Amino acid sequence: MVTAPSLRTARQVAAQVPDPELPMLTLADLGVLRDVRLTPDGTVVASLTPTYSGCPAMAEMRADVAARLRRAGFEKVEIRTVLDPPWSTDLITPHGRRTLREYGISPPGPAPRRTAGPVPLVLGAPRRAVGCPRCGSTDTEETSRFSATACKSLWRCRACREPFEHVKEL
Amino acid sequence: MSDDIDAIDATDDHVYLSLAEGHDDGAARWAFGTGFEDPLHGVDTAVPDGVDTAELAAMCLALGDDALVCAQRLAQWCTRAPELEEEVALANIGLDLLGQARLLYARCGQVDGTGRGEDAYAYTRDPDDFRNTRLAELPDTDFAFCVVRLLVLSSWRLALFGRLASAADPVLAAVAAKGVAELTYHRQYAADWALRLGDGTEESHRRMRAALAAVAPYLGEVLDARPQFAAHADAVRQETLAVLDQVLLAAGLDLPAAAAVPGSGRRGEHTEHLAPLLAELQSVARAHPEAAW
Repeated sequence: MVTAPSLRTARQVAAQVPDPELPMLTLADLGVLRDVRLTPDGTVVASLTPTYSGCPAMAEMRADVAARLRRAGFEKVEIRTVLDPPWSTDLITPHGRRTLREYGISPPGPAPRRTAGPVPLVLGAPRRAVGCPRCGSTDTEETSRFSATACKSLWRCRACREPFEHVKEL
Repeated sequence: MSDDIDAIDATDDHVYLSLAEGHDDGAARWAFGTGFEDPLHGVDTAVPDGVDTAELAAMCLALGDDALVCAQRLAQWCTRAPELEEEVALANIGLDLLGQARLLYARCGQVDGTGRGEDAYAYTRDPDDFRNTRLAELPDTDFAFCVVRLLVLSSWRLALFGRLASAADPVLAAVAAKGVAELTYHRQYAADWALRLGDGTEESHRRMRAALAAVAPYLGEVLDARPQFAAHADAVRQETLAVLDQVLLAAGLDLPAAAAVPGSGRRGEHTEHLAPLLAELQSVARAHPEAAW
């Protein structure tokens, strides 16, 4: 007699799926896994939210979650996309932030607050202080607002001279 | 079956293996498009009562076309940008816009009655089917032109998306809300460069003035934006012009007065530059229709 896998298992399996572009983080660390539930007919419904509109990893994330759930014994799996509310770096968990730092990637600061009315444009504003993930110095400079993936910017530490990536606030 | 999650190896297989594994209906994928994925897969796509689907479709199409054509122009900077960092930046901005285009095309196909997927919009329409503003399709003559075009289009799109975030259609509203954060980065990038070039050397200042003169005749079409964006046109125009004023004043530049070029991309009337852009973008898909792997 085969017992039905539990919701707890489904949540654990989905939560452990690594992000394809930041494989040291799980989808749960990243805040991309919004919800996992079990319908009365035994279907696992997992909801994911894309980080950026053009995130090329979304298809892989979806396929990976479905494949791992099937391997864990869930026969009926449905993956839903959730666009609202949009993903924000504030959803990255404390564990995810620690992991990023351990891997030499500077975690994001608080995301900008969206207020009513036009988004203000600030010219020549001082960049926020970003600590070097290697030596901890805040004597750092941004070399590019964009990097190898949509979610990161490029920085350089003036103290230890190492370049590093910073997950930019979104 | 085990409850022990450690039994499930989290890192051994390559993501593409699981991608293939997840595609278990046995169907081959179309080789050249995104094919394997509906970007709105699993999103509640019901249209609320009272939403005019023809208007919604027209808006999604125009905004999707702006984004696709801009993304293609930005991608053309790869290997040609002044510095590697700028190439990466322009490609990233293009990727964000491509993602917005995919979502908007998918929504358009759901509400325009054709049931088309995103690839049908990107790869099988002719130039006069496109509703992008003509400013998006003009070729880049230099980096200053790229900066000025991006400043105008990202400022306008951000002003519009800020308002569409509360649109009656929940899918358009969600796409717009998501786009606001991305467009804020795009506009900041363009504004920082406009400042640096305008307030830079004699040569960079001269090039910025030339770029503004080239863009000005197309600005009216961007801001007018009838018929697709009539509901927000005035507020979006004011906000866009205020941002342009702010940046150009700080950069020591100004917007020259210019007579509008007759016609409108919003009605499918394009410059001679759109056809070659689309020919390149669509060439492989058109040469091998329905090709699969």
